[in-house]
Amino acid sequence: MTATGARFEPGTFTPAPGAGRYGRMLLTHARVETSLTLRHGEQILLTLLIPLALLVGLSLLDFLPTGEIGSLERVDWVTPRILALAVMSSAFTGQAIALGFDRRYGVLKRLSATALPRWLLVAGRLVAALVVVALQAVVIGVVAALLGWSPSGAGLGFAVVLLVLGTLAFGALGVLLGGALRAEAVLALANIVWFVLLLAGGILMAPSSLPGALGDVVALLPSGALAEGLREALVEGTFAWGPVATLAVWAVAAGALATRTTKLT
Amino acid sequence: MSAAVEITGLVKRFGAVTAVDGLDLKMPRASLLALLGPNGAGKTTTVEICEGFLRPDAGTVRVLGLDPARDGSALRPRIGVMPQGGGAYPGVRAEEMLRLVAACAASPLDPAWLLDTLGLASAKRTPYKRLSGGQQQRLSLACALVGRPELVFLDEPTAGMDPQARRLVWDLLTALRGDGVSVLLTTHLMEEAETLADEVVIVDDGNVIAQGSPSALTAEHAEDAQLRFKARPGLNTDLLTAALPEGYLVRESSPGGYRVAGLVSPQVVSTVTAWCAQQGVLAEELHVGKRDLEEVFLELTGRELRT
Repeated sequence: MTATGARFEPGTFTPAPGAGRYGRMLLTHARVETSLTLRHGEQILLTLLIPLALLVGLSLLDFLPTGEIGSLERVDWVTPRILALAVMSSAFTGQAIALGFDRRYGVLKRLSATALPRWLLVAGRLVAALVVVALQAVVIGVVAALLGWSPSGAGLGFAVVLLVLGTLAFGALGVLLGGALRAEAVLALANIVWFVLLLAGGILMAPSSLPGALGDVVALLPSGALAEGLREALVEGTFAWGPVATLAVWAVAAGALATRTTKLT
Repeated sequence: MSAAVEITGLVKRFGAVTAVDGLDLKMPRASLLALLGPNGAGKTTTVEICEGFLRPDAGTVRVLGLDPARDGSALRPRIGVMPQGGGAYPGVRAEEMLRLVAACAASPLDPAWLLDTLGLASAKRTPYKRLSGGQQQRLSLACALVGRPELVFLDEPTAGMDPQARRLVWDLLTALRGDGVSVLLTTHLMEEAETLADEVVIVDDGNVIAQGSPSALTAEHAEDAQLRFKARPGLNTDLLTAALPEGYLVRESSPGGYRVAGLVSPQVVSTVTAWCAQQGVLAEELHVGKRDLEEVFLELTGRELRT
């Protein structure tokens, strides 16, 4: 063994413990989480490319799965639903899968062994999810605008509230799923749920176009509530309390359950 | 000042399995304690209770005077943790991960310096999942140290490292201890414990079965000093036993490794070498001395493979 002094000056490791500042922890954590999402090819496919492809395809081609579009431009009908899809893709499916693999790689345990408080561990992920949704909304909004989208100006503020609430509700559901099962099971289930909600959960098909009581049930799903709320805001310029209350209930219920069931590894 | 770690009567059960069964341990500040034991002995469970990841079923645990289960948020900024098998986002770059952990500390070490010191400078932009096992271990060690903790828990810190990296880590741990950091590590490497530790604690079946400084542990039965030598495998040890005085026993403890148990005298050494000469066997690495830590360990915990 070489002499210690040769490699390390005495005093190099003299203890100077203490927690960092919360603001800096939150910023660093949220930045890492955001850039991990944006660097991940499959995440970009899921959160951006598929919604954009559907936006362009459904706006330009005439195969909308509903006949009740009336005098609306197709892009005006499609864009709110694509925004709902984007939120579901990143905050729920992407979040759940990332969390499943993060747990497998032991990062939650690693971070909870530092001075980072538990609430900050959640807050960092949440801020990152909101940043990603904001970026998605901007990109989708710009592409939609190029396709001739003309949303209700009064409804844009309402839409922001719904997007934030939708991110919270889907994010809590994503954490609930991603924090409970094995990574592979999370991967499979998160994708299946995404696909089912896309087709039958009120995103591609309006709840009102579904037969009988099914439409009422779908309107109570987070996907149906978010899509309908965004439609009312962006098409009609009205604030829909029903979808807001539905999303809030999902967010609180899933969040409360997730705090009990989420495992670090 | 309170001890770095003080554990009394610790019990932890997982279902029907008792992982830790009434363990006591005391570790002074600024010392280095090595926890040894076969797989499943309860080392990691004990360490994870100290870190606040698991709650004890009985007994008291004080780490830097705090109860890790209750005062976790006050304790965590003061300790450094290297969990077994590392821990990072699969896609995170090495430097990004270390900077994130550094951001959680009040006055961290310079992450760039630490990466360079641990030989990770060239891999700092490599995603975690593409780092080699040894690189992941070194990054994990860097994460444990970057916050300038008073006390570090290192669960098998040199597992998967090449000999160069292992020696670097040994130097680092020696420097930590010299600078007043308390170090509790678990290891399967007897050389590691023997070289570094002030105190070695051997656990088995969830309890301490021996403890003391490495020299005290190996000297405990000094009168049993042994004669060891190497030669070609398969010598007839019965013949050699017969050539020695009454009460000596010769065993081939590993292929080609022979051990003469009993009080070693000049006469015994002479008899063994003479017998070897007679057989036309060259005895290599002929060694008289006290047992090393590995022998003490095997004697205490048995030679059978644990299943």
